[in-house]
Amino acid sequence: MSEIIATNTPKYHQARWNEPIIYELGSDDERGILLPKPNNNDDIAAYIPSNMIRNIPPKLPEISQVEVLRHYLRLSQENLGAGLVPDLGMATSTVKYNPPINERITKNPKVMKIHPLQNEKTLQGILEIIYRLEQFVKEISGMDAISFQPRSGSQAIYTNVSIMRAYHNKNGEKEKRDEIITTIFSHPSDAATPHTAGYKVITLYPEESGYPSIEAIKAAVSERTAGFLVTNPDDTGIFNPQIAKFVEIVHEVGGICIYDQANANGLLGIARAREAGFDMCHFNLHKTFSTPHASGGPGAGAICVIDRLAPFLPVPTVAYDGQKYWWDYDKPDSIGKIAAFYGSIPNLVRAYAWIMAHGAEGLREVASIAVLNNNYLMEKILKIPGVEAPYKPGTRRIEQVRYSWKGVTEKTGVSISEIANRAVDYGMHFFFSHHPFVVPDPATLEPTESYSYRDLDNFAEYWARIAEEAYNKPEIVRQAPHHAPIHKLTELSFLDDPQKWSPTWRAYKRKHLVSD
Amino acid sequence: MSNKIVYPYIPNSTNSAKQKMMDTLGITSIDELYVAIPDSLRLNRLLNLPDPILSEFELERHVNDLLNKNISTNEVISFLGSGCYNHYVPAICDEINSRNEFLTAYSGKTYEDHGRYQALFEFQSMMADLLNMDVVALPTYDGLQAAASALRMAIDITRRNKILVSKNISPEKISKIYDFLGSHVQIKLIDFDQDTGELSLDSLSINLNREVAAIFFDNPNFFGIIERNGEEIASLAHKFDALCVVSVDPISLGILKPPADYGADIVCGDIQSLGMHMQCGGGQAGFIAVHDDPKFIMEIPLRIYGIVPTIEKGEYGFGEIAIDRTSLMSREKGKEWVGTMANLWGITAAVYLATLGKKGIIEIGKLILSNTHYAYKAITNLPNLKAKFSNNYIFREFVVDFSNTSYSVSEINNQLLKKKIFGGYNLTGQIENCDNCAVYCITEIHSEQDIDLLVNSLEEIVQ
Repeated sequence: MSEIIATNTPKYHQARWNEPIIYELGSDDERGILLPKPNNNDDIAAYIPSNMIRNIPPKLPEISQVEVLRHYLRLSQENLGAGLVPDLGMATSTVKYNPPINERITKNPKVMKIHPLQNEKTLQGILEIIYRLEQFVKEISGMDAISFQPRSGSQAIYTNVSIMRAYHNKNGEKEKRDEIITTIFSHPSDAATPHTAGYKVITLYPEESGYPSIEAIKAAVSERTAGFLVTNPDDTGIFNPQIAKFVEIVHEVGGICIYDQANANGLLGIARAREAGFDMCHFNLHKTFSTPHASGGPGAGAICVIDRLAPFLPVPTVAYDGQKYWWDYDKPDSIGKIAAFYGSIPNLVRAYAWIMAHGAEGLREVASIAVLNNNYLMEKILKIPGVEAPYKPGTRRIEQVRYSWKGVTEKTGVSISEIANRAVDYGMHFFFSHHPFVVPDPATLEPTESYSYRDLDNFAEYWARIAEEAYNKPEIVRQAPHHAPIHKLTELSFLDDPQKWSPTWRAYKRKHLVSD
Repeated sequence: MSNKIVYPYIPNSTNSAKQKMMDTLGITSIDELYVAIPDSLRLNRLLNLPDPILSEFELERHVNDLLNKNISTNEVISFLGSGCYNHYVPAICDEINSRNEFLTAYSGKTYEDHGRYQALFEFQSMMADLLNMDVVALPTYDGLQAAASALRMAIDITRRNKILVSKNISPEKISKIYDFLGSHVQIKLIDFDQDTGELSLDSLSINLNREVAAIFFDNPNFFGIIERNGEEIASLAHKFDALCVVSVDPISLGILKPPADYGADIVCGDIQSLGMHMQCGGGQAGFIAVHDDPKFIMEIPLRIYGIVPTIEKGEYGFGEIAIDRTSLMSREKGKEWVGTMANLWGITAAVYLATLGKKGIIEIGKLILSNTHYAYKAITNLPNLKAKFSNNYIFREFVVDFSNTSYSVSEINNQLLKKKIFGGYNLTGQIENCDNCAVYCITEIHSEQDIDLLVNSLEEIVQ
């Protein structure tokens, strides 16, 4: 690394501990924790059939607790959590503030140390919270019945598809209706989950307006249409004002309309699935309702359906007779189980607390500021030479924008991945787009309500500086990152060549280290 | 546009910030930004929600007042298991998974989120050593999804359309498998031996043929019984070129043979036992493991992290192995889907396994085994109570048959509750021929006194 580069990079530097792999720590006989002694010294051979005893102990490391803690603390420092930065570069994910009070509440033993199969008499508190949260989400979506069983947004989409399938099956139309329709800017899971459930997927592409034409949806529907899955606004942040017409067209052929509201951040209290005519929708509690993303889960999904589809919800649902709450399994048409027990219950408690901290006016404020932040940021970003917001130039967006760096990359030869790597040196995440890249050299920003205008000004300033570097000092960008926990990767064949790939330490040792 | 409330979670909720930003945009009301949404789609009223609790202090009290209506297992002695287990959680697990850096992060890339990559690579690696297999993916939602996905993999790998599923697994898991695969795959449930509680080899043999993609069972099974015939089951499957898919709790693998060693081709399960509090089922996370065979790896729907060298000699970087197979790259052409799943629990399981280490994982297995048998002997020796099954090779759980008493399981459990004990999971109506039976779960956290109290209480109740 040359000195010139070092003096031109920002002062920020992420932790770089050069941590060994856990197996390289510790030494024989070290202990991380001690356990009580068993009450007897019986040979385990008395309790395990001889052909089921493990004869060769698993090769786990042996490390003192001191070093285990230090190792994982260091790894945590090498991870750019949303608490550390204005995390608006991880768009489509609605990375917003995760209040510590909600963490303290869920650390209560009455959340942490309860068993899902306890007598319902001993779970009245948790059941009441779920029931109340259901009422909130009914009002927020306008739908009639809710389940929080899915453990994520994608599992929620899958669940809605499964309910749609059960509904068509009940009407004797399952075999006939074997197609679903979605749009390319809807989340990959809007295509992937119906495919997993056995459907043929028809994907619509946007017009210059940013959304597909009425003619396109008319051409796609038929008696084979099982349903329509769509996000709106989708990843471009453009709201399709004709959405109710799309819904009507799908309904005319007997299809079910499923609204992917994983991220409803710009629309809370503004517009609902109900008014647009949808039959179902879902929310990600880890997006819109602020439960932490947890390095990629556990999240939680809320599925919301109209009365006609309620009999098909997964079991159990929560019931209440005015005095007591219970798990209701009495649903003969239910699709059955989606997740073990009732999903990610601590996240339901967090979402409940978060909604209670806002109320109706507060939720509107969340949406309004998310949209204000997004348009304010767009105003700044579009001043950067070579960065554009494709589709409908000059119009407002809802809660996010998919930008294109094509103007920069074409002029400088610096690639969008290199630009993303350089963003790391400024302490920023950088999300391109889901695949395929319909927008060339994409980058998507979603500022949510959680960041101040100063954060947004800084962010835009950093992006402008990266663009300037790409024009004037492209080598800095090409060699980035400089201030990350690790240096630039080489030999990417390690990821796609079966002879080289190393999904575990034992595979790595076998393939790349001299045998010991 | 003036607003009475300034929200602590919303920095720009001050009037001056809003004004400044609106001025920049040349608008006089935020509503102008919603111009694309037709009036017919607008709510045009406030949501009907309860008044907010704006102060943090009152919010905490309000939620805790609700939660206080629960009884936690800190206040009683619980003998519930059946998929969610009351194991000891080392403090270091909570310390790491509460770190804001891990808790609030999402899916940053290899550079800025290096710590997540390495911690999860270590999860894959230590799980692999427990399982004696070379490939473990990042966690999925729970053990139910892991089983359903593993069976979907088997169907695609063998290009066959029928699966055999043992009846002695959790009814929830059977329901999940039906939802996930039942609409397009033939599912045949295989009986268990009514005497031993183990999967019936006769029933299996009758149903095995060259149309079968896979046979699936749990070991130990839902009754806590160690399936002794793992090897025979796997070889029977292989005789017909079908796959053997086994679900296992990794906490047992310090002392129990890993399924790969008796011929399992795909191994799956739940990692909740490895450092996750029960959280009313919120601590579940699933895993899927295979051998290092591209035919199998390319069918895994989940992310798999792998080591990649960096330009700095000796430094480890990480990336995603064979990412093109996932829905993230290929939408509906990918395998199932990838999204937010259960990574924080994967990181926690890594901390757990590193902390227990080579000796701890064996000791905990022995301790659970010893406690389980202590309770098993004492309970099944009580008058009128008996073990439901003859096979007493059990781990952590066993089935008690109450049919010789004059009480139902729920009556007994209600009596136990009065004595501050959560009795075993009631199998009545859940699994065929198991009415009046309950699954009791004993782990390393149960002392001899805890178990004696249960035994004495049961004796009092049923006499």
